[in-house]
Amino acid sequence: MEEQVKQIEKSALEELKSCTELKALEETRVKYLGKKGELTALLKQMGSLSKEERPVIGSMVNKVRDELEEIISSKEESLKKEEIAKKLESEKIDVTLPSTKIRRGSKHPLNRIIEEVEDLFVSMGYDVISGPELETDEYCFERLNLPKGHPARDMQDSFYITTEYLLRTQTSAVQARAMMANKEKSPIRVIVPGKTYRREDDATHSHQFNQVEGLVIDKDITFADLKGTLEVFMKHMLGEDTKLRFRPSYFPFTEPSFEVDVSCFKCGGKGCNLCKHTGWIELLGSGMVHPNVLKMNGYDPDKYTGFAFGTGLDRLAMFKYGITDMRLLYANDVRFLSQFDRKD
Amino acid sequence: MKLSTNFLKDYLDIDINSKEDVYNLAENMTKVGNEYDSEGMLIEATNLVIGEVLECKMHPDSDHLHVCKVNTGKEVLQIVCGAPNVRKGLKVIVALPGAKLPGGEIKKSVIRGVESNGMLCSIAELGLESKFLREEDKAGIHELDKDAPVGEDPIEYMHMKDGVIDFELTANRGDLLSILGMAYEVGAIYNKKVKDIDLSHKEEGKLDFKLNIATDNCSLFLAKKALNVNIHESTPEMKEKLMASGIRPINNVVDISNYVMLETGQPLHFYDADKLLGMIEVRMAKEGEKLTTLDKQERTLSIDDIVISDGKRAIGLAGVMGGLDTEITENTKNIIIESAIFDSVKIRRTSNKILRSEASNRFEKGLDPNRTYMAMERACTLLEKYADAKIVSGMEVYDKTNKEDKKIDITVDNINSLLGSSLTEKEIIDIFERLAFKVEKNGDKLEVYVPSRRLDISIKEDLIEEVGRIYGVDNIQGRLKEMTIKKGSYDNTTREIRNKMVNLGLNETLTYSLVNEKEADMFTLKNNGIIKMLDPLTEDRNALRQSLITSLLKTYEYNVARDNKDICLFEIAKTFYKENEDYKEENKLACLMTGEYYLGLNTKQVDFYIIKGVCEEVLDYLGYSGRYSFVQDKEKLPKEMHPGKSAAISVNGDIVGLIGRITPEICKEEVYVMEISLDKLLIKKVGKMKYKELSKFPVVKKDIAVLVNKDITAQEMLKTIKNNGGKLLLESKVFDLYEGKGIPEGKKSIAFSVTLGAQDRTLTDEEINKVMEKVITGLQSKHGAELRK
Repeated sequence: MEEQVKQIEKSALEELKSCTELKALEETRVKYLGKKGELTALLKQMGSLSKEERPVIGSMVNKVRDELEEIISSKEESLKKEEIAKKLESEKIDVTLPSTKIRRGSKHPLNRIIEEVEDLFVSMGYDVISGPELETDEYCFERLNLPKGHPARDMQDSFYITTEYLLRTQTSAVQARAMMANKEKSPIRVIVPGKTYRREDDATHSHQFNQVEGLVIDKDITFADLKGTLEVFMKHMLGEDTKLRFRPSYFPFTEPSFEVDVSCFKCGGKGCNLCKHTGWIELLGSGMVHPNVLKMNGYDPDKYTGFAFGTGLDRLAMFKYGITDMRLLYANDVRFLSQFDRKD
Repeated sequence: MKLSTNFLKDYLDIDINSKEDVYNLAENMTKVGNEYDSEGMLIEATNLVIGEVLECKMHPDSDHLHVCKVNTGKEVLQIVCGAPNVRKGLKVIVALPGAKLPGGEIKKSVIRGVESNGMLCSIAELGLESKFLREEDKAGIHELDKDAPVGEDPIEYMHMKDGVIDFELTANRGDLLSILGMAYEVGAIYNKKVKDIDLSHKEEGKLDFKLNIATDNCSLFLAKKALNVNIHESTPEMKEKLMASGIRPINNVVDISNYVMLETGQPLHFYDADKLLGMIEVRMAKEGEKLTTLDKQERTLSIDDIVISDGKRAIGLAGVMGGLDTEITENTKNIIIESAIFDSVKIRRTSNKILRSEASNRFEKGLDPNRTYMAMERACTLLEKYADAKIVSGMEVYDKTNKEDKKIDITVDNINSLLGSSLTEKEIIDIFERLAFKVEKNGDKLEVYVPSRRLDISIKEDLIEEVGRIYGVDNIQGRLKEMTIKKGSYDNTTREIRNKMVNLGLNETLTYSLVNEKEADMFTLKNNGIIKMLDPLTEDRNALRQSLITSLLKTYEYNVARDNKDICLFEIAKTFYKENEDYKEENKLACLMTGEYYLGLNTKQVDFYIIKGVCEEVLDYLGYSGRYSFVQDKEKLPKEMHPGKSAAISVNGDIVGLIGRITPEICKEEVYVMEISLDKLLIKKVGKMKYKELSKFPVVKKDIAVLVNKDITAQEMLKTIKNNGGKLLLESKVFDLYEGKGIPEGKKSIAFSVTLGAQDRTLTDEEINKVMEKVITGLQSKHGAELRK
């Protein structure tokens, strides 16, 4: 019997070795350890053994069974792992195929600039306000010290609707509105981004364009404040190395008035096509609010002073993004628009 | 205003000779606020020399070229010349090899086998503006005087070495439209005193005509008479200064009137005294009155034009141009000189209507009455000097002007507190003195006397600007002032909507508000008036749009023409309309979608339900979830929309916009659009965002499928389910739709998924069945629905 046990052990071990599938493993287990298995059959024959032999053979059989069970269970585990691995392998996909998504939108470069300007000024405590695009002559001109027949009106060819109504030629129109709306006549600090219209259309002028206006009124506002503010504004938009040049100029609603040039960011001031070899690019109009404007809109010029500035956002957008033709901003070619589709 | 630096030097001792000096002057003027358009020398050509033609033979291989030997002082050069007037003994302008002419650089060359070492030049080839060229200048090379010194610079010899700066002056600086004004300005920069103008001349005899000013639009009128003028060509110096200033020389008398205008800024007019029929009168024109001006054009005048008359007829359009009948001709002997000031607004209107001239440009900007007198005296001086005129004693004067210097009081503190500077009193006084403003100290105050030429200065702030610009504002340090902070009113809803639309995959556009009148009210119900421009630039843009869809559709077409596909656009902008007689603006959001929306292998074409999804996303995001519906009512839709595939968008029962497909009559392709009035939408209140307790109990999902008539909408049925579901119904939605095989004609099968639950308990089967039964009964009774098993 002892011989038999050894024989079963040997052949079982050999069979187990050759098992490469879970099914064969189970068959082997049944063959030796199942209810009708060879080893189980041996145990059933134990009754025919002598008292002395029984415990010896019994423990021998149990040992072999334990051994086989352990081998089977470890083999089972590794075969299971293999099988899962095989299954997963067969499920492999091509991760380089295109994703499924909706098309990507984009924000118009001009509105990007407007948002950037708004964020900067809001961070400095300014309010952002707006006004009508269909404006009255009164707010667009008269309240800004530009009475009818004033020669400076020649500078701005306007789209009139009636003799009193026109499409605003400048966001400055909102200056007067901001002052008039402030009933307590308290300090003002606002910017006004928006659309403006002039009766001209050529390679460098669009009849519709965008400006941002700034207006600050308080006690003790000086030219130095205007200069400091525009320095921050321009450096933020065009780079920290940007230099400013204030040139005295004339606007009826400011006195003194200045045009502001920025150092050419393309050539750094050395001279190139963009700056027409001057090293400077004219970008803003500005000045100290004219006392007549303060007076006409309810502010006492003996108590208050202020500064105002305005700039064309179209040109700012063109400079910032390197857009060479202004007409692209209004053509809305999807190939153009789609380029403005990410965080800058 | 073109500034001739030679002309300037008549009144200012200043070293401006080279091209570089001219550039520096232009830049320095820019810094004080006078921008220029261009600068350079009147004649830019270089490497020129006076030569003498020693020998002139025909070219062996040409019927018009000559081979010349030209003495240039240093050497004798062989030069081939094609001009018909080249001949032996002629003094000529030689461009040496290396000379840069407007037409290119001159190089040694071989012309038809003959060596040529330079070029003999005409005035035209030197780059003088064509309007100044005479017939002989165009016909051949320039013939210099016999005594022209060989080897010298011909430009200097011809008195044409001059710098020219073309300034773009600001509207307030009319004073700079004169050499004297320029001299004061440049003098302030370079710290030089302006020289006196020569007004000396003899007078004799007695005036024999009368003046009548019959309008308030003339504030100053001076008239004098000069006899026996001798008319001929002006001196080369005077002609050069006129040309450098952009004015074509005519004859000495006409040139003097222009020359004095350039010097003083005061336009003059000379009449042929013998052609006047009587007195001189200034009056408003009669409606329809005719006048033939100097340029031989017959002008029809109106009652808004000021005219000069001789008592019988108009002889000049005041401030704009003289009349042809009384013009100065070669035969003129006696002249009447007019120096006057007319109303600037009237002149501006007349000149805008009829003709802009050097004179009208100056009248429009306003004139200094002291200069009106000065110009008269100066004209007499020059007429005597250059035209041998006898000046008649006495002057007819009509004068309502104030010629006093303006006195403005200012303090050092006034100046520093507006500029943010720290200038001393001494520095400030020095600046005023540079500007030739008289200053008197009176305690803390400075009393500044502003000369009458500076019409632009009338208040303290004007003086502060003068100080700032001469001192140089670049010298003032910028600062950021501390200010009290106040709550702002900035509302970022528009920006949030923009971000949402971008995230939904649309490209933002920026289109024009102006469209063609015919398109202005497309995609609206045409209940409102169109706003038209009085004076449009083009017919394409003569009215304001009422809908943004019009613009998006144009943009779509533009892109299709460029083979761009899958176009999804949006814009947030104003639209405009007239309601009764009021002009209204309305903020709108619009989008246009077409082509593929989902990208990848499983693409999906835009259809109604995709654009509806975009619309719902926006409305839900803004908080209108559950408050809006889509109304399929032809009456509420513009005719430009497909009636079966479009709807009005209703929020809280009010129509705020439209959505759907553009009618195939306008757009064959499936183009879907949506437009929402943000003004109408955003006034609708939304609830605050608030946390709702999560239920601890499970919910139950039940599906029901029913057969109904095709024309019953999902929206109606969902409403019925909601109404019958009561409190326990948490959500209901459509999850399947089927028409076709197995479904009777005219019917559809629609399936709903219904979620039931309660906050405080797990629902019992009995409760669930009760709700479902009610829901089904509702659908059956309201819509004739048939439950599918």
